[in-house]
Amino acid sequence: MTVLRTSWGLSLRFRPRALGVGAGAAVLAAGFGLVALGSGDYPMGPADVLRTLTGGGTVAEQFIVLELRLPRLVTAVLVGAALALAGTVFQSLVRNPLGSPDILGFTQGASTGALVVVVLGGSSLALAGAAVVGGLGTGLVIYALAWRRGVHGYRLILVGIGVAAILTGVNGYLLTRAPLMEAARAVLWLTGSLDGRGWANAGPLLAVLVLLAPLVLVGCAPALRMMELGDDAASALGVPVRRLRLVLLAAAVLLVSFAAAAAGPVSFVALVAPHVAKRLTRAPGPNLLPSMAVGAALLVGADLAAQRAFAGHQLPVGVVTGVIGGGYLVWLLAMERRAGRL
Amino acid sequence: MPVREAAAPPSRRGRRAARAAGLVTAVALLAVIVVLSIAVGAKAMPLADVWSGLLHRDATEYAVVHRMRLPRTLLGLLAGTALGVAGAVMQALTRNPLADPGLLGINAGASAAVATAAAFLGVTAVGGYVWFALLGAAAVTALVYAVGGGRGATPARLALAGAALNATLYSYVSAVMLLDTASLERLRFWTVGSLASADSATVTRVLPFILIGLLVALGAARPLNALALGDDAARALGARPALIRAAVIVAVTLLCGAATAACGPIVFVGLLVPHLVRALTGPDLRWLLPYCAVLAPALLLGADVLGRVLGRPGELQVGMVTAVLGGPLFLWLVSRRPVAQP
Repeated sequence: MTVLRTSWGLSLRFRPRALGVGAGAAVLAAGFGLVALGSGDYPMGPADVLRTLTGGGTVAEQFIVLELRLPRLVTAVLVGAALALAGTVFQSLVRNPLGSPDILGFTQGASTGALVVVVLGGSSLALAGAAVVGGLGTGLVIYALAWRRGVHGYRLILVGIGVAAILTGVNGYLLTRAPLMEAARAVLWLTGSLDGRGWANAGPLLAVLVLLAPLVLVGCAPALRMMELGDDAASALGVPVRRLRLVLLAAAVLLVSFAAAAAGPVSFVALVAPHVAKRLTRAPGPNLLPSMAVGAALLVGADLAAQRAFAGHQLPVGVVTGVIGGGYLVWLLAMERRAGRL
Repeated sequence: MPVREAAAPPSRRGRRAARAAGLVTAVALLAVIVVLSIAVGAKAMPLADVWSGLLHRDATEYAVVHRMRLPRTLLGLLAGTALGVAGAVMQALTRNPLADPGLLGINAGASAAVATAAAFLGVTAVGGYVWFALLGAAAVTALVYAVGGGRGATPARLALAGAALNATLYSYVSAVMLLDTASLERLRFWTVGSLASADSATVTRVLPFILIGLLVALGAARPLNALALGDDAARALGARPALIRAAVIVAVTLLCGAATAACGPIVFVGLLVPHLVRALTGPDLRWLLPYCAVLAPALLLGADVLGRVLGRPGELQVGMVTAVLGGPLFLWLVSRRPVAQP
């Protein structure tokens, strides 16, 4: 922990290692992004990409980079950051390392909303809207069911897995009811894919992230750290536990729902990114900012691999996030053990 | 959080009698469901016919009973018991309410091995999957145990290592199925989780594994109770944490590996039933495990029967019905009384 003091009385505490991890992950994401912008059916060197981004380049290059590839990259960055932030908040709120939105039912709720639109037939805009509505509705239901003079982490977990179980069954039923072509589209959406994402997909998510990330990072992070001590201790330290939990839950559910609307329920990012960040920073408590950077880097890297790994085949990004994210976490755990830091 | 209701505790003997009576009721319920499972189906049978069908093994008019419904019911009994008990021990072992039998990577390992066998080794018969599934389950469980810390494994690290490997392996399975349409066609039915493909050969093949697993798990109930107090307290009570953990992991691998191999990954029985039962018995594993062993197959078979009735003339997959049926029951139990943590 380093404290920066200025001569006029302001002071700022930060962990150099956490800052370094965050910056490193951001640089990694930028590097992957540069490669992703330059590769495809019309390959370009990094220098050309940078020139095009700053306003140079031919009209064709402008179109390819700014209209086709950049929206996809921006969506990847936003989805990764949003999912990682939501995952960190969930894991911290329910005090459970497995407490990600995939397990607690919020992702399934968004999927149910989207599947209803797929079965009934609807535009991709309606699908995104339904995903948001489904996610938020599920959040409300879970909160209402878990409410007993305040919501405790443990009851939230139980209600969450119950709702997740029901919704998974419903989703399976909806999937068998859809016509074959629509079912294939639904499976692709459920895996999480960034194919053909434009500015219309990135816009709403960007708005939500710009609104909520400062709220969580600046407004709630110190209190969240205290809440990890337990509700009683946090209350004793002056944290308004109930109100804060409601605000944080609402923020995390919004983030997950809009991320799902943009790219489908990309799995495991919300689970894995916080753990990778925690192991790299070696800092206790929620590592919100490093997690966001790791999430963004993970999703951009996974999308790059998904596009390029198998010549002739484009995998949906949701398939690769698990292989890369999960594999990397296993490797980190094994390294930690060898280094004797259990 | 209160573990049990704070009302005047009934006497020790009275509570034991109540629990024993409850267990007898549960067994009776299971017996009724078993009879229903043999009687109900596309061709309904009066009870007298069911009985003569069981007695006259060679009569062709009763072939549907002992060729199809009897193996199916037996498999449902075995798989349900295995998954319920495995789930309860897993939650006790990792002290995590989100733990399910699949958490150690068992289902994922089995799925990955079956996917590999189907896509690259040209195995097409369901009978051939069993050995691959068991092998994959055992290999991945060993890996999770090693990454999770080996003899010094802590519950949190085990859960984390399992979740990470699960993520990686499921992504691998999706990638195989997306890249190779032929194996998607073959695996689609296996991955849903169903009792429909049961025959007597499958039953006899998995029976020994499940029996051994059950014996080990039941034997570990008492030391696992001690382990719930933490490693140090357990050691002071004469238990050996490392040994118990290893034994329980072997038991869970046998139980779940065999169940998954025979009927595909059915997730929710192992996750939900222990929570359901814990609301009735409290966290004492000496009661929890027998209750789980009776009520889990009752739920699984009940869901299977319901799936056959609702889906006439076809059927709904048991995994789906279990979730939609068991979910609300679970939510109701969770919301009406104080919950017991594992």
